[in-house]
Amino acid sequence: MFGKLSLESIPYHEPIIMVVAAFMAIGGIALLGALTYYRKWGWLWNEWFTSVDHKKLGIMYFIVALVMLLRGFSDAIMMRTQQAMAAGGAAGYLPPEHYDQIFTAHGVIMIFFVAMPMVIGLMNLVVPLQIGARDVAFPFLNNLSFWLFAVAAILVNISLVVGEFAKTGWLAYAPLSGIEFSPGVGVDYWIWALQISGIGTTLTGINFFVTILKMRTKGMTMFRMPIFTWTSLCANVLIIASFPILTATIALLTLDRYFGMHFFTNDFGGNMMMYVNLIWAWGHPEVYILILPAFGVFSEVISTFARKRLFGYMTMVWATIAITLLSFIVWLHHFFTMGAGANVNAFFGIMTMIIAIPTGVKVFNWLFTMFRGSLELTSPVLWTLGFIITFTLGGMTGVMLAVPAANFVLHNSLFVIAHFHNVIIGGVVFGMMAGLTFWFPKAFGFTLSEKWGKRSFWCWFIGFYVAFMPLYVLAFFGAVRRMQSYANPEWQPWMILAWVGAVIIMMGIACTVIQFWVSIRDRKLNADVTGDPWDGRTLEWSTSSPAPFYNFARLPEVGDIDSFWSQKERSNEELEEAPYTDIHMPRNTVAGPVISFFALIIGFALVWHIWWLAGVGAIGVFVSFMARVFNDDIDYYVSAEEVERIERAHQQRVKNSDPYKPSSEVEGRDGKQRYVEVNA
Amino acid sequence: MATDTLHHEGSVVHHEHHDATETKLFGFWVYLMSDLVIFGSLFATYAVLMKGTAGGPSAAEIFELPFVLVETFLLLFSSFTFGMGVLAMNAERLGQVKAWLGITFVLGAAFVGMEIYEFQHLIHEGYGPDKSAFLSSFFTLVGTHGLHVTFGLIWILVMLIQLSTKGLNDMTRPRILCLSLFWHFLDIVWICVFSFVYLMGVL
Repeated sequence: MFGKLSLESIPYHEPIIMVVAAFMAIGGIALLGALTYYRKWGWLWNEWFTSVDHKKLGIMYFIVALVMLLRGFSDAIMMRTQQAMAAGGAAGYLPPEHYDQIFTAHGVIMIFFVAMPMVIGLMNLVVPLQIGARDVAFPFLNNLSFWLFAVAAILVNISLVVGEFAKTGWLAYAPLSGIEFSPGVGVDYWIWALQISGIGTTLTGINFFVTILKMRTKGMTMFRMPIFTWTSLCANVLIIASFPILTATIALLTLDRYFGMHFFTNDFGGNMMMYVNLIWAWGHPEVYILILPAFGVFSEVISTFARKRLFGYMTMVWATIAITLLSFIVWLHHFFTMGAGANVNAFFGIMTMIIAIPTGVKVFNWLFTMFRGSLELTSPVLWTLGFIITFTLGGMTGVMLAVPAANFVLHNSLFVIAHFHNVIIGGVVFGMMAGLTFWFPKAFGFTLSEKWGKRSFWCWFIGFYVAFMPLYVLAFFGAVRRMQSYANPEWQPWMILAWVGAVIIMMGIACTVIQFWVSIRDRKLNADVTGDPWDGRTLEWSTSSPAPFYNFARLPEVGDIDSFWSQKERSNEELEEAPYTDIHMPRNTVAGPVISFFALIIGFALVWHIWWLAGVGAIGVFVSFMARVFNDDIDYYVSAEEVERIERAHQQRVKNSDPYKPSSEVEGRDGKQRYVEVNA
Repeated sequence: MATDTLHHEGSVVHHEHHDATETKLFGFWVYLMSDLVIFGSLFATYAVLMKGTAGGPSAAEIFELPFVLVETFLLLFSSFTFGMGVLAMNAERLGQVKAWLGITFVLGAAFVGMEIYEFQHLIHEGYGPDKSAFLSSFFTLVGTHGLHVTFGLIWILVMLIQLSTKGLNDMTRPRILCLSLFWHFLDIVWICVFSFVYLMGVL
């Protein structure tokens, strides 16, 4: 009846897990209680869960990502504590099978449920606004993508309390992840969580690719697109081309585990290196899916706060395209030790090193943008400067790893761990923090506290170096990754130092939490009335903050790179206001959350081999999808009067605020009046 | 869908639906390309594992080319009939569209039926997908294609229902066009399966 699931599947004997579970239960009950007490369920369901508004979906991606960041970071600090304790063969406080689950969960959560949703959340929030569109190409699919991702995150968290998580490392290398060596449900949780969220990611990739190519406003040619949009476009190309490989690879592993097939087994002709090749053919482009949008964020931040057009726009675009192409022909550098032969290794080594060239072009572009600009040291700029230093260093250790001969020594050592945290924290995390601070006012209508943002930056920046530089050192002493315990007591001081670094990073995360608290408390004080708090350059700053649900009352017309900036420079021109027109918008839909709920049921049932329940879930998905397909009432028109009322109210707010600025400048920063009426 | 582009007053509705159809078709093309990457991964896996027979049968010993040739022609004809259906749709002949879709369904169902028979026959002979890496990759590659055709069949049924209840309109038209792309796409993938798996396996 319940497959492999029984009461014994709940790990009562693990005090750590039970305490965490208790905290999660208390927090969950408190949240549900508060929602019920304040009667917010209807609001949450109607305004958020069923929303097809890309801005709200972007916010929801970020909320889930920040919650999962806390979970992923708890795993990190537990690992560092274990390694700080378990010297000289000491046992530490985590038994091996628990430690193995923690390092697997840390990697999976940080990549799939923190970094990916942050990147996709930012794309959701920003890209349609930057290209002057009113929504994405397929709003319902956008909602569905979010919910598939969200239920996958729920599935990962269920594994904490019911059963176990994989003990295989975040990529679940076969044959270790096969049924012979991992008979438990941990790998199955990994499989179904990634499969469900992976489908959502692929749909997002298609959606944003089509949005950027088909829905740009008048005059916005490809080479007038903001750099963040360009990098998002390339990231989506990578998603479309690489995520299907992940889907296929995990499906083959599933067939091995569930149907006794022999793709990656030791016997019956299986080939385990096929798994490693396939998973990295996805895995390396994945790295660039994360970092390219971060590059885009830095480009926007640096040109905005240096008050200069980005240096070398064209080279920036072509460097992005070059990285996109190169990212598909370097995957073998993750396993030079496979023994593919000197020529093959040399090819992949050289291709890897070549990526440093377009990346270097980008670094020089950012430096030259700052050069003779009037750089304002806001917290997004601090994150950017921290990124340029840290990422360049991480890139250099990457080039070292790209030398096959050196790689044979460094493979599987802590050097690799130090390297990829060097680029992922220094690149993706710093980028997402910069992007979060930069576009927060566009999402919520008030800016984040600069004081706490800067404190967060310094904690992360210093904490990163204290935590990961010792790992480079340890690697030269011979320390390998994923050690639950180690014999050499001389490593311990470095491990303790790394632990201190993790604690400093924790303070950085605490600063971010305080930053949210303080900023929400002072939201009236920090209100962004004009919609353009940073004197921005691109179209997203031309609407109010938060942007109205239709984004633009009149679709803007673009004649230049940084078109909003040039429009502001021409602000003295009085352009006639044409009347507003009706706006065509998509309706909210319950289909996304309902389909994803049944997908969660399928995933859970398949993990535990509860076949009838999986059947129920499959029927649920089919029926709810059909209900959507047969529903014709999916869009509506916002009347011109309604649009005018909303726009007038915004213009009134702008006029009433900001007594320190002359009214002409207030209007100059508003942007509304200067648009050529495109419908005329 | 928020497909607002720049249009003149008066022709708002017409243009929006025109743009929506174009965007949907383009999006579906992109989806097909990503689906093609799945097939590409499975083809690559088959190429690596086809020699991994582990003492079991090789491709030449189990494939029956005449049988597969009949399957192939069923699918090729179904692509032709679907093309006729789209031509009928462009000529606004609803009854003919439904008839051609019905014929396509029968041909596709016959294809899937023959494939199920082939699989069942192999398993019965003791050559199931759990016997060797070669058989695992063969069943998975061909089975994934068969699964796609099955989804296509369900889609045809749904479209026949929608054509009967809603007729040809701005909702059903792009769906027929997407389905037609899907169907021809599966045909092309099958030609690769036929040449790469069956023909090369027997040669």
